[in-house]
Amino acid sequence: MSTFQKGPKFLQEHIGVVKSRMGACFGGNHTIFRGHNLHTELKNMSWMELYMFGITGRRFSLEQLRLLEAMWTYTSYPDARIWNNRIAGLAGSSRSTGSLGIASALAVSEGSIYGCSICFRAITFFIHASDQLKKEKTLEESVCSELQLHRNIAGYGRPLLNKDERNVHILALAKDLGLDQGSYLNLALEIDNFLLTSRRRMRINYAGLISALCADMGLLPQELYLFTFPIFLAGMLPCFIEASSKPEGVLFPTSCADIAYEGHSHRSWLPTIIY
Amino acid sequence: MSFSPSSNVIYSKIWQEEPEPDNVFATQKAYCCGYDVYGEMLGQARWVEMLYLLFRLEPPTLIQANMLEALAVALANPGPRDTSVHAAMCGGVGGSPAAACLMAALGVGAGELSGGREIFFAMDGWRICGTDLQAWNEWFHSTKVMPGSIWPAPEHAPGYDPHGVKTAGIVKSTLMSLAAYKVGGYLPWLEQNYIDLEVYAGCPLNLSGVAAAAFSDLGFTPDQGEMLYLLLRLPGAAAHALEQRDYGHKKFPFGKIELEEKDLEGEDV
Repeated sequence: MSTFQKGPKFLQEHIGVVKSRMGACFGGNHTIFRGHNLHTELKNMSWMELYMFGITGRRFSLEQLRLLEAMWTYTSYPDARIWNNRIAGLAGSSRSTGSLGIASALAVSEGSIYGCSICFRAITFFIHASDQLKKEKTLEESVCSELQLHRNIAGYGRPLLNKDERNVHILALAKDLGLDQGSYLNLALEIDNFLLTSRRRMRINYAGLISALCADMGLLPQELYLFTFPIFLAGMLPCFIEASSKPEGVLFPTSCADIAYEGHSHRSWLPTIIY
Repeated sequence: MSFSPSSNVIYSKIWQEEPEPDNVFATQKAYCCGYDVYGEMLGQARWVEMLYLLFRLEPPTLIQANMLEALAVALANPGPRDTSVHAAMCGGVGGSPAAACLMAALGVGAGELSGGREIFFAMDGWRICGTDLQAWNEWFHSTKVMPGSIWPAPEHAPGYDPHGVKTAGIVKSTLMSLAAYKVGGYLPWLEQNYIDLEVYAGCPLNLSGVAAAAFSDLGFTPDQGEMLYLLLRLPGAAAHALEQRDYGHKKFPFGKIELEEKDLEGEDV
């Protein structure tokens, strides 16, 4: 349960006022972003640096920022078949606006079998498993208890394929940047090896890898979750643009015969409304 | 930025709440356009009467409520072939949150091809052209989007099906059923003249065109019609999203992809 104050008197204190530690815009004068003047103290930050500062309040090294940005780059697939991208494409094909289409596609990106929520679960599992190992639990015990809880291991296996083509590239970059020696990454790869030799044969996927790499940068689950929010964004825009440039309605046209009906046979509604 | 202390006040012609004596944040009574919602309307008013009241600020007549309800049934499920429902199903198969599925249906179903914006344009057509056949002929070929708009220029006559061959059965049935209520003059006129209008439009009437005429007959503005159309098509999107979640992604079409070496203008990519 929340330990925050509650009740009408407490609400009354907040009527008409936003109390913030994060920042404010003093229109016509200056803007404070997490205690710093945005246009003077933070003006040279890259967007990624500001994004991570906004989420965590912490600064990251150039190498870490490079790796974080690559995490977005390496999973930006302009393929309109992928479910979230398809929404961006369908919006273009149906002549909706770019913002509506992309925002909808981003909202759908936190699926239960892919996307941001998987990273949240994966990093939570790594942090918990690491704590368990320090308490002299075995790797097998940690994996089995996660399997009992969720019936799968977030960050391992993939809905359509088991092999993840992104892994080799992000690991190579992490190595080049000297960011591949963290304890969470080692743990994630140990679990990968354990699952490979078990009957489940699930390989670590991209969400698992980036969750471990981000855990090694000190990100907490909620911070990782917010970092991954736009992770597919760059691939969505080409899907919208291409569908918009083609004749309307041609992305995934479906004929009546393509609906494979499995429901009740035809029946009359009329008897149900005669009293 | 600074505002006066009264900036916390929300002005409304729709809604009023009376607080509990001991808590100004708890509602003892709520009124919609003067009607006691939880005291008198609950259990008495129909869903469509509440909808009409919210937008028009007056209750509908019995015949208006009946027609709005029939229209709501016609729009409730665009079916899994519709792009907005397809978008919601994309959320369903991936296990996305319920709201994300509905956002996807809204975002995709907002457009000018059988979407909310098409209703807006088509209702604007009724506002401008009314029952003047020649005015419709000119309007179909006029510019409907101001330069600089976020919306693309319509590529077909709003309310008509650019890929259609002839008026579809469900469109004719809906038109006939709704026109029979004789709530206003547009639907009966459309029923009499849709074949001529289709010639001018260059393609057959669509369900969105019937809905636009129905919303206009009910007295809604184009802005209100656009909102209601988006709202009334959500039930099917929600149900199909959940249905596909249960079927799972392995049974959901993924399609194949073919990379083209030339773009649409024939330039090398």
